[in-house]
Amino acid sequence: MVQGTDALYTWSLTDLARGLKDGEFSSRELTESLLRRIDDHQQRLNAFITVTADAALQRADAADKARANGDESLLNGLPIVYKDLFCTKGVLTTCGSRILANFVSPYDATVVERISAAGAVMLGKTNMDEFAMGSSNETSYYGPVTNPWNKKLSPGGSSGGSAAAVAARIVPAATGTDTGGSIRQPAALTGTVGLKPTYGRVSRFGMVAFASSLDQAGVITRSAEDAALLLGVMAGYDKRDSTSVDHPVPDYVAGLSKPVKGLKIGIVRQHFDEGLAAGCEERVKAALAVLKEEGATLIEVDLPNIDLSVPTYYVVAPAECSSNLSRFDGVRFGHRADNPENLLDLYCRTRSEGFGAEVQRRIMTGTYVLSAGYYDAYYLKAQKVRQLISQDFKKAFENVDVIAGPTAPTTAFAIGEKTDDPITMYLNDIYTIGANLAGLPGISVPCGFADGLPVGLQLVGPHFAEETILACAHQYQQLTDWHAQGPEEFS
Amino acid sequence: MPLTRDQVQHIATLARLKLADAELDDVVDKLSRIVDFVDQLQAARTDDVLPMAHPLNMSQRLRADEVTEPNERDRIQKNASRVEDGYYLVPRVIE
Repeated sequence: MVQGTDALYTWSLTDLARGLKDGEFSSRELTESLLRRIDDHQQRLNAFITVTADAALQRADAADKARANGDESLLNGLPIVYKDLFCTKGVLTTCGSRILANFVSPYDATVVERISAAGAVMLGKTNMDEFAMGSSNETSYYGPVTNPWNKKLSPGGSSGGSAAAVAARIVPAATGTDTGGSIRQPAALTGTVGLKPTYGRVSRFGMVAFASSLDQAGVITRSAEDAALLLGVMAGYDKRDSTSVDHPVPDYVAGLSKPVKGLKIGIVRQHFDEGLAAGCEERVKAALAVLKEEGATLIEVDLPNIDLSVPTYYVVAPAECSSNLSRFDGVRFGHRADNPENLLDLYCRTRSEGFGAEVQRRIMTGTYVLSAGYYDAYYLKAQKVRQLISQDFKKAFENVDVIAGPTAPTTAFAIGEKTDDPITMYLNDIYTIGANLAGLPGISVPCGFADGLPVGLQLVGPHFAEETILACAHQYQQLTDWHAQGPEEFS
Repeated sequence: MPLTRDQVQHIATLARLKLADAELDDVVDKLSRIVDFVDQLQAARTDDVLPMAHPLNMSQRLRADEVTEPNERDRIQKNASRVEDGYYLVPRVIE
């Protein structure tokens, strides 16, 4: 394909790296062109909470200068945007909430520090569901993000701004976080690639915490190749995150060439039951047929407790959230209520004014399941069922290399369609939550369209098998071009 | 079993949230639906199953109790609404 430098926004991160290296354009030219693109589409998409234009241009100039002096850092001069829950030194970090509307982080998250040290240029911070609690981006205090494929539809969530910005060819790559599907589900609903690594693969230091035993940072890109490039920079042990795992980081890009032939792919019966929309089922089955044709073996596997994953999650995640969010008290940072009568009144009013309805619901759910008399029946029970679900996956991976299926039960849904019933919204993550409960890596890859809207294929691997799922996704993208088909409105 | 208004008020107090009267019925309804939904867990057989404390079933790493970070009080307190002489200000708690 002939690529003019006038449409740099359509290039992949990998191609942009080559272009910069070959001197086809400068980081300043690239940065200016993407900042224009952000500006042109912000009103339509609302994908950004903060745009850091001036700092980005300074940074781009520094990258160009460094390159002239022989600097060949992996991401030198390349663009990146961060979901607005990664702390960025000197820049607003709102977490999509009113309670952090004025919070300027005094330090960088480890993810930001590593990507920045590799030379990347931050263009801004993306919109998200408040505290990453939501599957539609509608809980953001800064307004919903709209789906690039249709402005009446949600892009999914909680990393909806990141997914929309990548799908609309505004930026080639964005970071996200995934607690129950918050990277993979918006990737599926926008036709992008979303990778959630193994729990502990990427440091959580400097990520605003939602549910600490489930949260994991990852990326949204348009190709598995770009995801591999970024993951290689982000992954690795960090002594500042006590749950980060000291496990070697392989060369993910080099691992992409591993063929599909001989790969054993597990298929879970419950992933294809009546909850899955017919159009999505048809596309996912077609994708599996492509992989089979290429030499993979499809094997039915059983996850007997997987139907309990959503209720398990909605005990464990709110419990952890109620504990994590107790730090927001109006005293040390963030919103503070005016004229409090006393200390209790300061706490209660600050939190009720600062948190939106969904966040308050989750805090209260968590408080309830942890409270005296209910702890055993809910929290302890859920942690036991979580163990069962985790063991089911372990057993399944004795026979298969990856588990494949749909990422989400439907294509993108209308903004406002699911806001009345929290359970309907929660069930969006029915296929993604299992991987979080068991700490497994998962990726969503575009696998076609149903009624003109993107469908995602999910691949889940054993712990630290990012290489396997990235290679399978990459090989699939060599055989198909779904990921290259963007929304016409943004072509 | 649906939660009562009193139960929800109690949960809100424990969670340090103040619910407006106008929103209470909606919160009671939605929380009841969530509790009803997670009640499915009661049907699972979990005798002899160890509760999961870590997604990789690993134990928490400890570090030596040493000072590793510089004191940046002034910079960090810039995010607070009310500070005085390096202290955070709150309403009086001791008369």
